[in-house]
Amino acid sequence: MNSGHIVTAYNDELTELARAITEMGGLVEKALNNAVEALVRADNELAMATVAADKKIDAMQHLIDEQAVSIIARRQPVATDLRLVIASIHVANDLERIGDMAKSTARRSTQFEGLTMSVQFKNGMRHMGELAQRQVKLAIDAFAAKDKDMAVEVFERDTDVDALYVSLFRELLTYMMEDPRNITMCTHLLFCGKNLERVGDHATNIAEQAYFLATGKSLVSDIEDLRREKLVP
Amino acid sequence: MADTTTSTDAAARARRETIRKGLGRRHLTEKLFRGFGIGAILIALGLVGTLFWMVISKGYPAFTQANATLEVYFDPEILSFDPAPVRGAGQSDADYRAAHLGWQRAVTMANWNRIVENAVVNAAPQGFEIGSREALALIDAGERHRLRDMFVANPNLLGQRVSVDMLASANTDNWLKGTIDRNLPDARQQLAASTRQLADMMLENGTIEFRFAWHIFTNVDSRAAPAAAGLAGAFVGSLYMMLVVIVLAVPIGVASAIYLEEFAPKNRLTDLIEVNINNLAAVPSIVFGLLGAAVFIRYFGLPLSAPIVGGLVLTLMTLPTIIIATRSSLRAVPPSLRQAALGLGASKTQMVFHHVLPITFPGILTATIIGVAQALGETAPLLLIGMNAFVAAIPATPFDQSSALPVQIYLWQGNENRNFFEARTSAAIMVLLGLMITLNAIAVILRQRLERRK
Amino acid sequence: MTTDTFSAGAPFAMSASPTAVPAEPVKETVRTIDPAANPARLRTDDVSVFYGDKQALFDVSIDIPEKSVSAFIGPSGCGKSTFLRCINRMNDTIEGCRVSGDITLDGENLYDPRLDVVELRARIGMVFQKPNPFPKSIFENVAYGPRIHGLAGNKADLEEIVESSLKKAGLFEEVKDRLHQPGTGLSGGQQQRLCIARAIAVGPEVILMDEPCSALDPIATAVIEELIDELRENYTIIIVTHSMQQAARVSQKTAFFHLGKLIEEGPTEEIFTNPREKRTQDYITGRIG
Repeated sequence: MNSGHIVTAYNDELTELARAITEMGGLVEKALNNAVEALVRADNELAMATVAADKKIDAMQHLIDEQAVSIIARRQPVATDLRLVIASIHVANDLERIGDMAKSTARRSTQFEGLTMSVQFKNGMRHMGELAQRQVKLAIDAFAAKDKDMAVEVFERDTDVDALYVSLFRELLTYMMEDPRNITMCTHLLFCGKNLERVGDHATNIAEQAYFLATGKSLVSDIEDLRREKLVP
Repeated sequence: MADTTTSTDAAARARRETIRKGLGRRHLTEKLFRGFGIGAILIALGLVGTLFWMVISKGYPAFTQANATLEVYFDPEILSFDPAPVRGAGQSDADYRAAHLGWQRAVTMANWNRIVENAVVNAAPQGFEIGSREALALIDAGERHRLRDMFVANPNLLGQRVSVDMLASANTDNWLKGTIDRNLPDARQQLAASTRQLADMMLENGTIEFRFAWHIFTNVDSRAAPAAAGLAGAFVGSLYMMLVVIVLAVPIGVASAIYLEEFAPKNRLTDLIEVNINNLAAVPSIVFGLLGAAVFIRYFGLPLSAPIVGGLVLTLMTLPTIIIATRSSLRAVPPSLRQAALGLGASKTQMVFHHVLPITFPGILTATIIGVAQALGETAPLLLIGMNAFVAAIPATPFDQSSALPVQIYLWQGNENRNFFEARTSAAIMVLLGLMITLNAIAVILRQRLERRK
Repeated sequence: MTTDTFSAGAPFAMSASPTAVPAEPVKETVRTIDPAANPARLRTDDVSVFYGDKQALFDVSIDIPEKSVSAFIGPSGCGKSTFLRCINRMNDTIEGCRVSGDITLDGENLYDPRLDVVELRARIGMVFQKPNPFPKSIFENVAYGPRIHGLAGNKADLEEIVESSLKKAGLFEEVKDRLHQPGTGLSGGQQQRLCIARAIAVGPEVILMDEPCSALDPIATAVIEELIDELRENYTIIIVTHSMQQAARVSQKTAFFHLGKLIEEGPTEEIFTNPREKRTQDYITGRIG
């Protein structure tokens, strides 16, 4: 479909930008995965590695910003190209935020030493982690494939993450009321849950950018129409 | 890696080597061509220089002529006729004029040759033997008429002695200038021995002097008095023809060029017209002369040898030149200028007259002057309409008989008094060339002025 | 070719009554209805242009919104200049050129044989690619149009027209001391502004500009673009340009031509961020020449 630019170098730069986003997405997915693993398995080493890996994500965001600015300055992109560049800046920002959430979660997990954590605490966390990871992955895929349907799916599924967070909140509250010794642990976990919920929000942002990239329109303003369309037929 | 760099280096070196090898030839070709160009220009300049040198060196002696200052005695014995009539009271105009004409006739009948002869003999040293014929041959034949005219203008000269500058005859002029071989035997000399001797003596004692020959410009052609022959008639004839050409050829030529270039639709007919105009420019000029003789003189009954006919013929000849040159200068106007005018809502005519013409004006002017100059130098067609006739008068109107400068050159070139008229011919050529150079200079100056004004 | 769902300028208008029957019958070239745009007085309908047997323009229909800048873009030879020249009938001067279809200004057909082309060109002025001032003084350049159309009653009127036109073209301050010096002595950008002043002096309703900045440096271009933006308040401007950035910068409406056809037209913002047609997209992003 993409017949390619007349200027090959320009084409290469755009391809490189898209590739960088995908790479960063991979890093972030991995960081998130590791953070949840470290949390659930109380793996201190993994947690420290995850915290350390965030530096690379930050550097990556920096790189993408520079690339985007350079393309804007030298190529004056329009239409899809412009959208790709602008969306890349946004997506890189969201990915960096997700990376921060992962780092924060991993760092928090190192403070669980000496605290008891019952198995049932972990189940909810693991479930939520998986859901957030899947959202992030799907959003990045939607962006890479410029797939608006996938983007809409991510957007619609964010409510699942939110709902899970609400139930996690209630669950942890119950544990705390049951036994005040759980309070420290559960508060930590609550923060982690909150982080994952924020990850979901960022995934939604990425999905919105993917939708913008694919259609040139705002998903938030289109969503009502899309929902109605789905209902009407 | 290193291998490939060396191999590419080698290839580059080889490429440079190949280019360098060819350089010598290329520079040589260029030098040769420049040499040819400079050579061609030098040859052309040399030829023009030779032409000018020949014409000027031959022609300049004609601008001075031997003049003899003689004391003329209006001898009452020779001029023995009644005194000039005086207008009596009550005499009618016509009667007086008739009486005066009668008197003039009597004056003309007098033996003026005798007066001239006496003046010459008088000026000769005491005891110099010279026959009356020989004495008379010293002075130009036209001078006796001048003495007569002086007398008619002033009858009181009778019995008086007046010092008069008189033109020496053409033969005297030849002898004194050395244009005739002084060593030729008497039988082949045009002047008698005594006349030649007297001429030499007079030149020595200052009676005969060389003076600037203004009369070349003021006199008309003459056969009887060749020394007094001038260009005035031919000059004026040429001016009239030029006038006719400018008045007719320029408006017609420019107008048709503008119409063809700006307004005429492009179709077969206009193509045909264009081809024919180009062909017309290539028609030999003598053909135009035939046409002029057939159409203007035979059919329209215009007078023979008249500048008007010459002008018409030359107009026909000049038209294609002017049309072609005007069209090419119109075509050279940038289309952006036309668009600018049309885009503002100017009509086509406004576009042409407000913007296109002012820009092309210098070009049209040059074309016109070059065309007119070309016409001015044309001889062949004029021969066919009788302009080679001998006309000893300055034409008062373009309808009078006249000669023209190039025709005058042609006529003088064929004159039997070769020795004298060779210089005259060159002098006439100089005048014609001068006129053309003036015209071209005007064209150049006008064009520069107009172009600067832009 | 369903433009309904994609007219980004008016999403709310669409959502208001999704079941409403479209008032206009659906035509092949669907016109964008941009509620933000000014009403159109200049309209074209199925305009085709032939040079001899060769068709250069195919059924172009477009409305030009009043008092705004419309840009025609497209690769060389796409017919955008040809179309522009149809609007003030400059194509009349080209031998063998034939125009079909309707171009109307206030409902008046510009190709009506009764219409005087001279009057038309006074209403629709033109500025050309290369600055082409007359080889006359600055004053005479501007005064020429009003003079031939008899717009100035006396010398004072004429001077006033010249001054105000030069002011509108942003040139007066630069040339007020040398009004009687030749216009060809100005710099390229000044010459082009002189040409704009000359066009304005006739008091046109529409100004056509055929690549007005292609011969100018970037600064002179910026000055002209600024001027175009100011002129938009009083004149309907159509600009043909090779520079897509220029079209993006100065115009409110953009039309993309390709191979003699009008491919897409719409609000400039939309064309440059989210064109509907793939050919437009490919052209403006630099994928086809």
